[in-house]
Amino acid sequence: MSLESVFGVGQSALTAQTYRLNVIAENLANAEVAAGSPEEAYKGQYPVFKSVFSEIDGSMAMKVAVDGTVSDERAPRSSYEPGNPIADANGFVYKSNVNSVQEMASMMEASRSYQTNIEVMNTAKDLLMRTLTIGQQ
Amino acid sequence: MSWVDSSLNGQVIALQLKAERAELIAGNIANSDTPNYKSRDIDFRTEFERRISSEAGGALRQTSSLHMAPEGARSSHVEYKEDGAGEDGNTVEAEREQTLYTKNAIQYQVSLQFLNSKIRGLKLALKGE
Repeated sequence: MSLESVFGVGQSALTAQTYRLNVIAENLANAEVAAGSPEEAYKGQYPVFKSVFSEIDGSMAMKVAVDGTVSDERAPRSSYEPGNPIADANGFVYKSNVNSVQEMASMMEASRSYQTNIEVMNTAKDLLMRTLTIGQQ
Repeated sequence: MSWVDSSLNGQVIALQLKAERAELIAGNIANSDTPNYKSRDIDFRTEFERRISSEAGGALRQTSSLHMAPEGARSSHVEYKEDGAGEDGNTVEAEREQTLYTKNAIQYQVSLQFLNSKIRGLKLALKGE
């Protein structure tokens, strides 16, 4: 029965969205970390998803998986803090290029996606439970 | 094919197709953030008619395990949605897919209901009460 593979698909999406939430948390946590040079500054990370097709059980389901993360190569924010012990010769420290507002929006998107996939699995569960009682009334 | 088979067959095929659609649409929802993913679906009417005619013996049949499988006898013809791609080439519209999924779930329950009434009818006929 192909309704069962909805659980596999949903579960793959939950894993992917959890991964995304992890990366976002990491970005937000490191948003204000200062470094002594532009190269050392924290770069925002972004997960990239890919779809995985498994035809083992004859199902046509398209699962989702994490393909890896790409880092944001935009220039870090420089901030003039001559009192900071790690400031460079000109008195600058370099902070991550993470845009907190963007990360928050992305976080909400990930959490909505997570909820939607749970809803999808719940519906599939209800349908399967009803299918089990076929011919009993 | 026995008479029980033939009276239930249509609803069973409909149920199977709706389960397949649920699977496809769940895949679309799961892949709503995958770059270059194209939304997939099957056309219920054409698939249903094709299955009905192949079950009724209109299509090629395998009478030996050595025979090649007739093209697409079991698997459905999946259609890809090409329009409405965003910047990342993804053509999944989350709201649309969610609506389709819910609609399909309701239609699945309708088929179940019909199947149940058929079974009830058959039982009644067998008991003769």
